[in-house]
Amino acid sequence: MTIIESIRIALVSLSANKLRSALTMLGIIIGVAAVIALMGVGRGAQQAIDSQINSMGTNLIFISPGAVSQGGVRSSQGSAQTLTYDDAVALATSGLSAVAAVAPEARTFGQVVYMGNNINTQIVGVTPEYETVRNYRVQAGEFINAGNVTARSTVAVIGANIMTTLFNGEDPIGQTIRINNVGFKVIGVLEAKGGGGFGNQDDQILVPLTTVNARLQRGNFRGSNLVSQISVQATDAGQINLAIQQVSEVLRERHKIRFEDDFTVRSQQDLLSTANQITGVLTLFLGGVAGISLLVGGIGIMNIMLVSVTERTREIGIRKAIGATRNNILAQFLTEATVLSIFGGLIGIATGAVIARVISSAPIGGTLVLNSVVGMDSILLATLFATAVGLFFGIYPAYRAASLNPIDALRYE
Amino acid sequence: MIELENVYKIYRMGDSEVHALDGVSLKIAAGEWVAIVGPSGSGKSTLMNVIGCLDQPTSGSYKLDGVEVARMSDRELARVRNRKIGFVFQTFNLLPRTTALANVELPLVYAGVRDRRQRAIAALERVGLGDRLHHRPNELSGGQQQRVAIARALVTNPSIILADEPTGNLDSRAGAEIMELFHRMHTEQGLTIVMVTHDPDIAAQCERVVHIRDGKILSDERNGDRRRVPGIAEQLTAPAIPVPEPVATGAVR
Repeated sequence: MTIIESIRIALVSLSANKLRSALTMLGIIIGVAAVIALMGVGRGAQQAIDSQINSMGTNLIFISPGAVSQGGVRSSQGSAQTLTYDDAVALATSGLSAVAAVAPEARTFGQVVYMGNNINTQIVGVTPEYETVRNYRVQAGEFINAGNVTARSTVAVIGANIMTTLFNGEDPIGQTIRINNVGFKVIGVLEAKGGGGFGNQDDQILVPLTTVNARLQRGNFRGSNLVSQISVQATDAGQINLAIQQVSEVLRERHKIRFEDDFTVRSQQDLLSTANQITGVLTLFLGGVAGISLLVGGIGIMNIMLVSVTERTREIGIRKAIGATRNNILAQFLTEATVLSIFGGLIGIATGAVIARVISSAPIGGTLVLNSVVGMDSILLATLFATAVGLFFGIYPAYRAASLNPIDALRYE
Repeated sequence: MIELENVYKIYRMGDSEVHALDGVSLKIAAGEWVAIVGPSGSGKSTLMNVIGCLDQPTSGSYKLDGVEVARMSDRELARVRNRKIGFVFQTFNLLPRTTALANVELPLVYAGVRDRRQRAIAALERVGLGDRLHHRPNELSGGQQQRVAIARALVTNPSIILADEPTGNLDSRAGAEIMELFHRMHTEQGLTIVMVTHDPDIAAQCERVVHIRDGKILSDERNGDRRRVPGIAEQLTAPAIPVPEPVATGAVR
């Protein structure tokens, strides 16, 4: 008997027992779909955060004001106000070989009003270097220039989202917005960076750093030349560690530090690996849930295969009594299990991809876009596992039945 | 063609041994119609299963057409069951949810025959079911199901038909129809028929009756010329059930 013949027998047998076939496939479909959807979502979350971090710029080092101990009390990171605009200028002008550019920033929140529209958003005081270091592009108008910084001009470059929410499609260039009751002239609009996560970069308003400190900061920052972070771009990826070392030396000298740094230096890579640790846990968790689904699906397959064995043992007896060899029987059951696994697997993959897509199109945390990534590895893992379970529990009882004397198989209860 | 010599079949039930066949020697020649008769538990079905290569004897020799069955491989046994022997069971043993035609085609599939559809249709017409080709077993009466089973047994043109209580699950009218089919198969095609029964009326219609009890042959006698029990033929011409004869005779070559 040929292979085509045994495939035909298997297909006839499957279509003669549609409910049993459908139930078996259902187990495989559920298992495969769950793994693919959940792994896809986890992977998507990871990529969203990675691209967020990478969109900040390349080869970056971030210097933040560090924790400080005062009278035995250690305050949290950033509590000390130790980084100044002068530090940034010093870093930029001491001719450090591994440092390409330095971009300090001073952040505050501000109430922004234009006509009847009113939003509360983040105001970032920057210098011209910020545009290249942090990878911003102006889609209309121009960026803040050195003259604006020196003159403490009241000019602003707005994020892409600000333009839509505040200006309703009107051309914002040349218009005046009020930030904390100070009038600012809009001179530029940034290109959208997309993403979300840690404070959407499209929701910011950039103004000259000196203007922030002179007119917008509250409390201790007002009138100071303190900055909240300095971004340093290394000359290339291989120079990042050297840049960290050089930057730290300059700052220690300027701050006259002997024991404990009053600033923190982190590279973009540190951020990435921290974020990856978090998303890795997320993916692991989702993978665990998916694994349980796969297990449940596998048990479903196993149950239906074992339950149908009584009927099938009699069937095997009949088939043997009228001339089937053991190999005929095995070929039939192998083909049946393979057909079910393949079809169930394909439907499961499609279902999983659809579910992943539906989940990613659901709005999560405002503008955060989660593009599910259905990976080849999860497809292979899920399909192979489901197929293996289907094949084993489909064939093993059949193998035992096929090895019986036909009369014992016929009498099987 | 069937030669059993000192055949034993022993089942172990825990510590005790059950001798289902206890030294049976039997010869059946080609073209004979033999009834194996005995009470339940006498070993008659076991004997039949051994003859049909569905079961292997514990010891002793069984030669089919001069070939020792014990030496055959799984493949050869399957071939014998497929080509030489046709089975008819008490419980029909048709594949459920499968049409009559597909059930009858099945032995031909395993035989690797090409024109199986025509041959299966011809076999079903021979048993008078030419109009029930696409019915499933649960849509057929017991008598019709047994006729499908007989068509399945005949379709590969075997030389031996083995029937285990073929009328046991049927009412007397359907049983009479089935017996009539066996008569025709025997007389028109010269088939060897071995039939297990505990019904003396059925046994009386066979040429030779072998009595078996406790795994041993008690008696082996000829009925002389094959006799028909009066009344059966008359019943068959009764109008209530469509009689297979007209269709069947036309199909026999």
